[in-house]
Amino acid sequence: MSDVVEKTLTALPSLLLSVDSQPGSAKLSTSSKLGSLIRNITELTSKHEEEKLIQRELSSIKDQVSSPNTTMRQMKELMVRAIYCEMLGYDSSFTYIHAIKLAQQGSVLEKRVGYLAVSLFLNEHHELLLLLVNTVLKDLQSTNLIEVCMALTVVSQIFPKDMIPAILPLVEEKLNHPKEIIRRKAVLALYKFHLIAPNQVQHIHNKFRKALCDKDPGVMGASLHIYLHLIQENPEGYKDLTTSFVTILKQVVGGKLPMDFNYHSVPAPWIQIQLLQILSLLGKNDPGTSEIMHEILEESLRRAEMNHNITYAILYECVKCIYTIHPKSDLLEKAAKCIGNFVLSSKINLKYLGLKALTYVVQQDPKLALQHQMTIIECLEHPDLIIKRETLEILFRITNAQNVTVIVEKMLTFLSTSEDDHTTIDLVGKVAELAKKYAPDNEWFIQTMNAVFSLGGETMQPDITNSFLKLLSEGFDSVEEDRKLKVFAVNSYVSLLEGEPEKLPQRFLQVISWVLGEFSHLQQDVGAETVVCLLDKLLHMKNSTSETKTWVLMAMTKVCEGAACAPLVQSVCETYSSSLDTVLRQRAQELQHLSRDPALRARVLPPVCTREPLEVDSSLSFLDEFVSEALAAGAAPYKPSHQRQEELAQTKAVSYEPYQLTLPISTTAHTHTPSLLSISSSLSEGSADLSHKGGSSSLKLEGVKRVWGRGGYEAAQVETPSPPQEGGDPSISHTPPLTSEDTESKQQEQQLASSMFLGLDHSSVTLMGKGDSTPSWLKRKERGQTPLNDAQTFTDPQELTDPSPLHVVSPQFPQSPVIANGTSDTEAALALACLDTNRSSTNQLEDRGLSLYLPAELSGLICSEISVLCSSESLELSACHVHKLRSLEMIVFISNSSDNAVQQIQVQLHSEQLEVSCASESQMEEVKGHSVVVRQYSLRVRKPSVHVELIGTLFHPETPQNVQFTYRLPLSSFIRPLTLSTEEYGTMWLSFSNDTKQNLTLVHSENEGPLRATLNVLTEDLHLHVVEIIGMEAIVACRLLQDQPCLMHCRVHGDALAVWLRSPVPELPDCLIYHCQRALQGH
Amino acid sequence: MQFMLLFSRQGKLRLQKWYVPLCDKEKKKITRELLQTVLARKPKMCSFLEWRDLKVVYKRYASLYFCCAIENQDNELITLEIIHRYVELLDKYFGSVCELDIIFNFEKAYFILDEFLLGGEAQETSKKNVLKAIEQADLLQEPRHEYFNVPVY
Repeated sequence: MSDVVEKTLTALPSLLLSVDSQPGSAKLSTSSKLGSLIRNITELTSKHEEEKLIQRELSSIKDQVSSPNTTMRQMKELMVRAIYCEMLGYDSSFTYIHAIKLAQQGSVLEKRVGYLAVSLFLNEHHELLLLLVNTVLKDLQSTNLIEVCMALTVVSQIFPKDMIPAILPLVEEKLNHPKEIIRRKAVLALYKFHLIAPNQVQHIHNKFRKALCDKDPGVMGASLHIYLHLIQENPEGYKDLTTSFVTILKQVVGGKLPMDFNYHSVPAPWIQIQLLQILSLLGKNDPGTSEIMHEILEESLRRAEMNHNITYAILYECVKCIYTIHPKSDLLEKAAKCIGNFVLSSKINLKYLGLKALTYVVQQDPKLALQHQMTIIECLEHPDLIIKRETLEILFRITNAQNVTVIVEKMLTFLSTSEDDHTTIDLVGKVAELAKKYAPDNEWFIQTMNAVFSLGGETMQPDITNSFLKLLSEGFDSVEEDRKLKVFAVNSYVSLLEGEPEKLPQRFLQVISWVLGEFSHLQQDVGAETVVCLLDKLLHMKNSTSETKTWVLMAMTKVCEGAACAPLVQSVCETYSSSLDTVLRQRAQELQHLSRDPALRARVLPPVCTREPLEVDSSLSFLDEFVSEALAAGAAPYKPSHQRQEELAQTKAVSYEPYQLTLPISTTAHTHTPSLLSISSSLSEGSADLSHKGGSSSLKLEGVKRVWGRGGYEAAQVETPSPPQEGGDPSISHTPPLTSEDTESKQQEQQLASSMFLGLDHSSVTLMGKGDSTPSWLKRKERGQTPLNDAQTFTDPQELTDPSPLHVVSPQFPQSPVIANGTSDTEAALALACLDTNRSSTNQLEDRGLSLYLPAELSGLICSEISVLCSSESLELSACHVHKLRSLEMIVFISNSSDNAVQQIQVQLHSEQLEVSCASESQMEEVKGHSVVVRQYSLRVRKPSVHVELIGTLFHPETPQNVQFTYRLPLSSFIRPLTLSTEEYGTMWLSFSNDTKQNLTLVHSENEGPLRATLNVLTEDLHLHVVEIIGMEAIVACRLLQDQPCLMHCRVHGDALAVWLRSPVPELPDCLIYHCQRALQGH
Repeated sequence: MQFMLLFSRQGKLRLQKWYVPLCDKEKKKITRELLQTVLARKPKMCSFLEWRDLKVVYKRYASLYFCCAIENQDNELITLEIIHRYVELLDKYFGSVCELDIIFNFEKAYFILDEFLLGGEAQETSKKNVLKAIEQADLLQEPRHEYFNVPVY
């Protein structure tokens, strides 16, 4: 191909002649109209002229395609022109239907163009595609091989998912076709089906195996696509094929395939690479399987020695495979050498791949980076940005506390020249991460973050600012260190504002405002007046957005103190009190009121030192009581906004009072009265909806003062012992890069290298274990977690009945007496329980005693703690609930502690939200002295709500008054996993109309990714079923007993898990979200 | 592979094949942005590009740029060779191919591409087999269609 002649446009006329004059060849077909169209276009000089010409062309095509006199042959010609116009970017959608017609009615050649046009014009979601199904069906059955080929080709590219069953048997049949080209295309068609609708082709997996063993290498190669995909999804299922793949690779590498498959005298490189990819998936974390492939990998490395791109492609895949599978030292050595060849290559493409290989190898083998340090330094200054970018990626992965300053500086330099948003967002995030983990001191940290904010601009991920502010507000354990950090930040921001604040991005200004608002009082040198002045300057800047102004006003509210600020504050208030922006107006009002009333201000915004650490119960459980009272008083239940809107839309009548029905509850369920919230939560934007999602971003909770904490709410701050050392290891040398006076660049580079690769040669453990080897600088109070674990911080009433620690009963006492639904020997039980001397709480003793009375068939199931419902005279009623797969059983224990039997005891249960049915027929019970009677009820949810309540009455013949009791249980007790396939999930998802979206906090774990860890917590606590995890997304399903499904879609979004729930039951998604939040809070 | 684009040095699109379902607007946007980015690159630069969340592999043959978008885990070098193999196929079919062959016979270029890559994956890597398939289709039809020029209603 090197001798491709570059023919310029000047040669056009003669070439056109030659094209036209070639007799008989396919080129004739282009002569007439398409040819002249193309020629005309090339003669045009302006875009405008082209537009006019094409429009003319299109309208002429339009006339012709709809004319009944147009032959199919002409139609084919028209279609080619339409494709051309479409390629130039003009809409010719009117021809789509004719393309389908051409494929259907044309002769073979015309059909071919028809199919081509269809595959170019339509995508697989296009509705017209349905019209193609019959044509495909007909052609698949044709005796003409070419027609079958065309049909299979189009099917492998686009086909409506729902119509797969119609043609599947025909395609399957083609797997046995004598012609290899048909078999090959059939395999690829099935691959396509597998991609778009995996469970439609599940039953023919064994046929794939047949294709893998096909005698034609082309068919075998095609089947590798399917296997690569299948193994990616489920490596465990195909381990048995490892030897087959290895054998095939051996044959390929050994040159056993026909010569046709050679590419530049390398045998079947595409097949080799696919096999290597498959092997690396199979051998990952599996020493046994890896063992099988060692030999062939070594051979592949050895064979690929020719100096050609294609051998490098194979080598690269080989190296990747060797580093992915279970390691073997001599192979690793060879692979490392191979990477060296790539990195040192003069060919830029190879160098790039070498660097790319290094980025994932350095995690296992940081020494390799050391070996190539000089090349890495050179690449840092490479003119090609992509090389630089990849080099930074390596550096990012080898960063530790010792080289962080140098590396971050390099990254920031790159950022200041980068113009690509995608790169900027990514790199800014990485710098922020490094700064947070390895910052050597306060100054550096603040300065680096300043650079991040200035460079990141508005495109930055919001969680960067959030976590920065969180970090600042949490501060250090040491008061002094903490103050220093904050004062430094304040100083730095004051000087920035004194400079040219116009040049700073809005997001940065917001950060500055918040920090000044919170911490400027720590810096005595800067008076409140100065700060207010500086903030005022921001309000007057032309480019300040109203969001920024809101932040500024909030900061002013916190800062304005003393008479000196009063006039300025007053004028600001006057300006914004009449603003059209309601949020701004509200902030201005708050500022006005609070600046006038110091007492109120001190209460709402207490000084930092006296502020108690606070926890925000984002599930708003403290309002439960209020809500249930309101509900009992006849208020309408809360409906989320989307549901309200839906209902509004359904009524279709214009309602002038949209909130009339739901207002009382909606404000309560959203917790906060907006005004209080907005003052206290200095970060949330004041919209109740936003703050409701507080659970997702921990930041928003940070600045919140305890305004609505209940009495009795006492957050126990767990004192973490403060680490002995603060502010980094003194032995660490922060060698600034290039301080040397040496002019010789080589030497400079060496020095840079030595500072950059510091700490790499030893202690590689701390180096790679990024997550846990956080330097002392960041030993911070682990707020937000410890107090929450302490269940005692909650004093809301439901906590008493909410049986959070569910435990499995029964196996504790192997010899426990089996109770046949009734009385038994209490003393034995008590004796047994008393043996357990560690338990001193009598309540627990009782618990354990009673749990022995659980009906035998319920033993081993998940059971809540047994709680006392009520007592009357000598009778005591306790209850617990047991999770059965198909039902929830409530067990009521009636225990009689007196010597005499009590007769005619009657327990009645009723509930608005639940259906209660009793297992035993008799209503009356007799309880003998010192014995326990067990009654079992099965519960069904009638109407979901966050907690469901049972109201019971105990009729006791010996006491005149009946005793009332209530039993509350969370809705989560009624949730069971729902097992279904991704496909079923998809159809169900579309059919459900009630949904809720919410952000949840991610759980971080050491051994798993955050998504998995979070899902584990959720599935464990709430009994959900994870249908599938795809990358950063997961789909989860559950059902509410008996069979009301709820589907959940989770996606990791920054620091939060964006959850979307759908269900046919209106209340279910909201209730489930609540329990998800609770479950995650506990972790 | 996600898509393949052929365009001239002047930034004129010559061929486009999309293996992922996208709407027209998105396709146009991608094409425009990618054209600009690739054309701005200097000759000695790397053939690979990180673009959005994709990897773009491109190569210039005479006045034509061949440009493929692949996923991150795919092998960049083999994608370069896919481009090269496609050029070889075109070369063999047209006999010393040039941009004009592709402009005036773009449907043929598409047929060859479909025979080589199907649904974004290499279908047949043997040069002989691909060309055999194309030639068979060409031969079988040419004489026949003359006799079947029936108007359609």
